[in-house]
Amino acid sequence: MSGLENIGVKIINPLTPQTDGVSGNADAILHELVALLETYIDSGENSAIDLHSLPLTPTDYELLRATLAEGEVHANINAVGNTEVRETLYPGVWWLTYYNVEGDIVADLLEVIDVPEILKAPAEDIRDGLVRLRDLLTQME
Amino acid sequence: MNEPDTLGASLTRTGISRRSFLKFCTAMASLMALPPSAAYAMADALQRTQRQSVIWLSFQECTGCVESLTRSFDPTLEQMIFEMISLDYQHTLQAASGTAAESAREQAMKASYGKYLLIVDGSIPTKDGGVYSTVAGISNYDMLVETAKGAAAIVSVGTCSSYGGIPHANPNPTGAVAVTDIIKDKPVMNVPGCPPIPSVIAGVLAYFVTYGKLPELDHLNRPKVFFADTIHDRCYRRPFYDQGKFAKTFDDEGARNGWCLYELGCKGPTTYNACATIKWNGGVSFPIESGHGCLGCSEPNFWDKGSFYQPLPTPLADNAPVIAAATLGGIAVGTVAAVVSRKHQADIGTKEGK
Repeated sequence: MSGLENIGVKIINPLTPQTDGVSGNADAILHELVALLETYIDSGENSAIDLHSLPLTPTDYELLRATLAEGEVHANINAVGNTEVRETLYPGVWWLTYYNVEGDIVADLLEVIDVPEILKAPAEDIRDGLVRLRDLLTQME
Repeated sequence: MNEPDTLGASLTRTGISRRSFLKFCTAMASLMALPPSAAYAMADALQRTQRQSVIWLSFQECTGCVESLTRSFDPTLEQMIFEMISLDYQHTLQAASGTAAESAREQAMKASYGKYLLIVDGSIPTKDGGVYSTVAGISNYDMLVETAKGAAAIVSVGTCSSYGGIPHANPNPTGAVAVTDIIKDKPVMNVPGCPPIPSVIAGVLAYFVTYGKLPELDHLNRPKVFFADTIHDRCYRRPFYDQGKFAKTFDDEGARNGWCLYELGCKGPTTYNACATIKWNGGVSFPIESGHGCLGCSEPNFWDKGSFYQPLPTPLADNAPVIAAATLGGIAVGTVAAVVSRKHQADIGTKEGK
């Protein structure tokens, strides 16, 4: 009756890739990672690449995923939605995906560092936690 | 209500972990194309500083801008901006009314004179002594001038305070003007849009709170990071424009195939905003994705530019520089775009020195 089913729906890829679907940006990122790793080894300076700052096609993402692959560490941080921290096949290169509560990606980063900052327990939170634990023990006594 | 209050203390009180806060900063830095390291600098600086005092004045407006921010889709992440500021006066949101409300404004002004951030939504009527909009018997004009004196900076949220907006539309019966028409001696940032995208409001506020100054602005005082590209530059229907495929009516074959809405009056090519990339309702879609052309609501005088359904007067074959600049957004030159984007990040990084 509504005729809604007669309205054609077409999902269009927001990016118009070359025939093979690769924009060249994944390759650029991989080369940048080499440079960032060299810097980290030489000077200990950590760095990050914001994947949202570059136009990447789905094929670009697949290429990055396949090349960087999975390393030994895989962690989930449950703080205002999930944050996925994955070490890649190349130690020191981490893929961090930040989700909001609804499960949408709010930030997607590649970090070059020994341990991503967000994995470490912040000093203030450790102090606050100590206060809470002491309080709990006092109550139990 | 004005005792020194650090963000760190406020986080502890409300039970928000530092990791959650770091995550908010990362999302904001990514949104504003700041270098990723800015997130750590932001989180670190904000924890230790006193919460930024904010006075928010609403003049000739519909409250759509406040709704946009406070009812943003993701209640936990974007609204964390309210943890970063001390909202000392906002007559729609505050519990106090009457004399108590006005004295809250006066107290806040006195407590952080020269340091508070003034947010304005709505235009200011100037005709007949400004009688067309008053708060507590004070005309909008007088309240703006008085409150602006002690402000570190002013943010005009929405098209009305940025350019006059709907109240300013012909024949402008109240003599409505923008904040910048009245205030000439303070830094003013315009965040236009009817309403502006909530994360854009949150983003620029986070920037001010972090760096203590406004981000880089363009010739219309808009933050470049969100208003550098037109809707058309970043539109997913752009390839159809390039191929000359246009919908001619809202129910023809072209419309069903998602072709370009240029000939149906889309103002995307002349409208600078981030709708095509950040989108609305938590990233669900934006007007063009819903099948309707852009109205150009974030541009000056958008209401008086003829019909929303009249194609832009610019001839298709010769619409430089608007369209010429727009071609840079294409993926064919994606690498160039990436380099430019990087350069932009590097520039910001150097300027902030963090």
